[in-house]
Parts: sequence; C-alpha cells; structure tokens
Amino acid sequence: MLATALVVAFVAYMVTQVLRPAALASPVGEPGAMGLPDLLFYLIAAVTVAGAAGVALSRNILYSCLGLLAALLGAGALYVLLSADFVAVTQLLIYIGGVLVLVLFAVMLTNRITEVNVSNASFGLFGGFLLFVAAAPVLLAVAVITPWQAKPPPELAPTTRAIGDAFLSRWLLPFEVASLVLLATLIGAVVIARKEIKADEA
Amino acid sequence: MITLSHFLVVGALLFAFGLVTVATRRNAVGVLMGVELILNGANVNFVAFNHYLGLGISGQVFALFVIVLAAAEAAVGLAIVLAIFQTFKSIDVRTADLMRE
Repeated sequence: MLATALVVAFVAYMVTQVLRPAALASPVGEPGAMGLPDLLFYLIAAVTVAGAAGVALSRNILYSCLGLLAALLGAGALYVLLSADFVAVTQLLIYIGGVLVLVLFAVMLTNRITEVNVSNASFGLFGGFLLFVAAAPVLLAVAVITPWQAKPPPELAPTTRAIGDAFLSRWLLPFEVASLVLLATLIGAVVIARKEIKADEA
Repeated sequence: MITLSHFLVVGALLFAFGLVTVATRRNAVGVLMGVELILNGANVNFVAFNHYLGLGISGQVFALFVIVLAAAEAAVGLAIVLAIFQTFKSIDVRTADLMRE
C-alpha cells in the first residue's frame, strides 16, 4: 500500500509540476497542414503501440506473438519513415524472419496446445499497471519537454553504402567481435538445447 | 509536421510496455518477448536521433549492432527455455528455482 501511495503521489507530482506547465508553455505544433506523411506516421505508430500493448496484456501467448509481429513491423515501418532503409530491411529479415519464428517455435514446443488459453498467465496486473504509470510519464516527459536541437532532416538518400563503409572502417573491431558473439551463440544454443538428448543416449 | 519527439514517444511507449511484460509474465517466452520490445524501443530512439540530429550514420550502425545482439540473445534465451522445459516440464518462471536437476 505504501508503494502504491508513493507511485500515485509521484505521478500526480509529474503531471502537475512538469507536464502541465510544459503543455501550456509550448503549443504542440501548429494545427492544420497535416499531410499524408503525418497520417502515415500516426497510423504506423498506432499499430506499433497497439501491438506492444497486445504483447503486454494478452492472455493468450499466441496473441502475444501476433502483437509482437505488429510491433516489430511497425518499428520497421518507422525506420522507413526515418530514411533508414538498410535498418528497416534488416529488421524485417532478422526480427520477423528469425526472432519471431524462433519465438513461435518455442511457444509451439513448450505449450500443450489444449491448455494454451491458460499458458500465458500474468500475475499482478495491478502491479504491472503501477509500473507502467511509474515508467511511462518520465520517459514521455523527457521526450516531449526537452528542447532537442533538431536540424531540418536531410532529404531521403540510400544509406547502404555509408553503412558498409562505416562497418569496415570505423566500426571494424565491434563488427568482428559481433561475428565472434554470433559464433559463440550458435554453439552455445546447440549445446544447451541438445543436453537432454545426450543424456538419453548415455 | 512530425518531429523528433513523436518518434521518441513511440520508443518510450514500446519500452514501457516491454518493461510491464518482463515484470508481469509468468511464461518465460513472454518474458523474452518483453525484452525484444525493450530493445526495439531503444532502436527506434537510435534511428530517430540519427535522422533528426544529423550526426552521420553512427546511430544506424548502433541500431544494427543492437539487432544482432538481440538475435543472439533470443537464440540463447529460447534454448535455455527449452532446456528448462525438458527439466521441469513447465516454463513458468516461478517453478525454475533450481540450478541443478
């Protein structure tokens, strides 16, 4: 109860002392002049956040997987809006094609499908809500209030060549270390996941 | 006009939902999904800063490193989940409280 009271007091303080003066001081953009890119951004952001909320709140782990798919696809689309074409394609290949399929495999291998409805139980929905209202206002306040020194964004340009040059010149050592990490991951995952089969053979 | 703050808000919401997922799930696979959400929130911030602050290409390079490490983390994490499932016949994170069989 004390923690609850502390969180509520903290959020009330944030809203009254930080968010409201900032909202009064800086009008959020000029109304009107909402073009197609703006509408596209709001649509993609809505899909992303709704997918994330589905991951956090769904009772069924398969629906959580679908929410994760929406969130990852939305993040990739945001990268396209940010003119990061190579990162967007990488997100599509690695996250959607690799990680999400891996997660789906794990779900299918570890859940008996008949009890899938109760297999994603979450405890403390109240505690989770408290955690959300404790974490989100701080981050949102930082994102909205801080006067970022943003330049007018440059025009869209392909980034693949620049990223390749950066990887093989300035970021060469992290690049090679990442390849070592991937090799260790490959061997480690195989060793960990095959342990039980070796015990059966012995 | 879409500004930097709009993207930062999306990243912050992704992070907050991922935090809630990690903290409240009992299913180990669900916890890993929350970690992916958190990493994606950070990545959105990286790419947005890279685009709007005009500091070369470093933000996108860092986002790519994050993606690589997230893939490695998912592979090892799911292998551990499968090993835990074979040992305890459950992936409820509360039941996995032994370091040995």
